[in-house]
Amino acid sequence: MILCRVVGSIVSTIKHDSYKNTKLLIVRPITPEGVLKSGTMVAVDTVGAGEGNTVLVASEGRAAMEIMGFAARQPLRSVVVGIVDHIERGHGAS
Amino acid sequence: MKLGKVTGKVWATAKDPKLNGVTLYVMQPIDESGKALGTELIAVDTIGSREGDIVFWVGGAEATFAFPGRQIPSDVTIVGLVDRLDIHGT
Repeated sequence: MILCRVVGSIVSTIKHDSYKNTKLLIVRPITPEGVLKSGTMVAVDTVGAGEGNTVLVASEGRAAMEIMGFAARQPLRSVVVGIVDHIERGHGAS
Repeated sequence: MKLGKVTGKVWATAKDPKLNGVTLYVMQPIDESGKALGTELIAVDTIGSREGDIVFWVGGAEATFAFPGRQIPSDVTIVGLVDRLDIHGT
């Protein structure tokens, strides 16, 4: 998974069937310290994440298939799988 | 998945038969503010996009799974039309 911040959301009417009834968020990768990085992504929310939340994003089709409960592979890969409350960094972190 | 803007249409007569019947577009990946991110890509369309549309697309193996019962040799596939982007607090 990668650490991201939710920066927005998408309204989309016309989309592939695998995205029906999904909530689509716009997320940006961040460092553990919360600094925004480039690489804006679109991810399906499954945990009730919202604006400003720090989230875990899985970006792999097989993982998405499991989480979304698809019976077959679908053209969907990025899913918000958790909301981060807190990150603790040990002394080993550089 | 990522955001993109459809910037052109591609015609290719000689191509892999598994690409027959699909529409190919030139698409510029963008960030949430509309700024270009990296190089333009050629994408398979699944939603009836048109030039100028803001879309979201999937890359990698998942790009091959857009049509039921048929796998397409694509690595970039457009899967949704963006009606509106709501961006806050950046």
